[in-house]
Amino acid sequence: MDRDALEMRPDAAAEWPDRIYAVLKAQNITQVALVPDAGHSRLIRRCLADNEITVVTLTTEEEGIALLSGAWMGGVKGVLLMQSSGVGNCINMLSLPILHRTPMPMIVTMRGDYGEFNPAQVPMGNATQTVLEAMGTLVRRADVPGDVEACVDATIRMAFNTYRPTATLLGQRLIGAKTFGKAEGGE
Amino acid sequence: MLAPSGKLDRRAVVNALLADRGDLLVIAGLGAPAWDITAAGDCPNNLPLWGGMGGAAVMGLGLALAQPSRRVLVITGDGEALMGLGALATIATKQPPNLAIVVLDNEHYGETGGQETATKHGVDLAAIARGAGIADARTITTPDGIAPLREAIHAATAPLVAVIKIDAANLPLKLPPREGAYLAARFREAILGPAAHHQL
Repeated sequence: MDRDALEMRPDAAAEWPDRIYAVLKAQNITQVALVPDAGHSRLIRRCLADNEITVVTLTTEEEGIALLSGAWMGGVKGVLLMQSSGVGNCINMLSLPILHRTPMPMIVTMRGDYGEFNPAQVPMGNATQTVLEAMGTLVRRADVPGDVEACVDATIRMAFNTYRPTATLLGQRLIGAKTFGKAEGGE
Repeated sequence: MLAPSGKLDRRAVVNALLADRGDLLVIAGLGAPAWDITAAGDCPNNLPLWGGMGGAAVMGLGLALAQPSRRVLVITGDGEALMGLGALATIATKQPPNLAIVVLDNEHYGETGGQETATKHGVDLAAIARGAGIADARTITTPDGIAPLREAIHAATAPLVAVIKIDAANLPLKLPPREGAYLAARFREAILGPAAHHQL
């Protein structure tokens, strides 16, 4: 990983973002709602370059829950990409997919999860899975590259086959913990 | 179309906007706007929301992008719109030509005891929409603005936002069905036909 970067992102050689993109294509996902995260940057670039995918950049993640509810009403399948901090913004809006029995797959890049440097990321990162599950979401985690494709595929299938919010959490260990260039355990 | 106060009556406005609506799809924000579209005539092309405050306009965006050949109208209140102001930026960025947002602005939180909203104190939702990049953002205070708005909802070539200043009285409840799964399924079937209930 790049220890000097201000945001965490996968190593350039990591190919799991491309595997997620391949799953989105195989599942006929044509609307992608997102608030950017460095961990999703490669996947976002792939989606933006795809003329069959409508990318909607949100001002806050809860818009994505409402947006994708509307897309589903119109027969379009979408996913929401966000960082774990954004999950906190979605809590009440998750009432909509529960109320309407709307598929709502989310792919969440974790912060505050494994080797976090920024103390502000820890409260929400530590609570992400708990609050998603408190709002009726089926949550699966991928912490190693080999789990990503299967987890994302299962998350999207469970959403659209069983009509509910679902989420894959992409662990910080997978993405690479940010250290601002400091050695592990340093000041 | 005027209430005794001299301001526009919300039910008369909504009735006029939904007259001869054709296959117009209507999403209503929670509370009084949902009761208003129900009073005008509950039907499968209506999706009255019971929750998700702040999400009505951007839900309309998702639908408008998914169904570019259909006209989508979101009718919501000033309190609901204020909770999701960012949606105006998100909508402006996508410029959906088939999406209209009508804000019934009574300058109060009507369902919770009539507390004043920010619009009572000068916050101008149409100006915010224009600032976001929605060029057709109008404020309507008199009946003569309603018929042109109805025309625009069916014929506009760019997204529009209309803030309609209305009387603040709470009117008799006209509740839509409460079961969200039913509301969503009938709305989807109205749009997609029986295929709505099979795997995409």
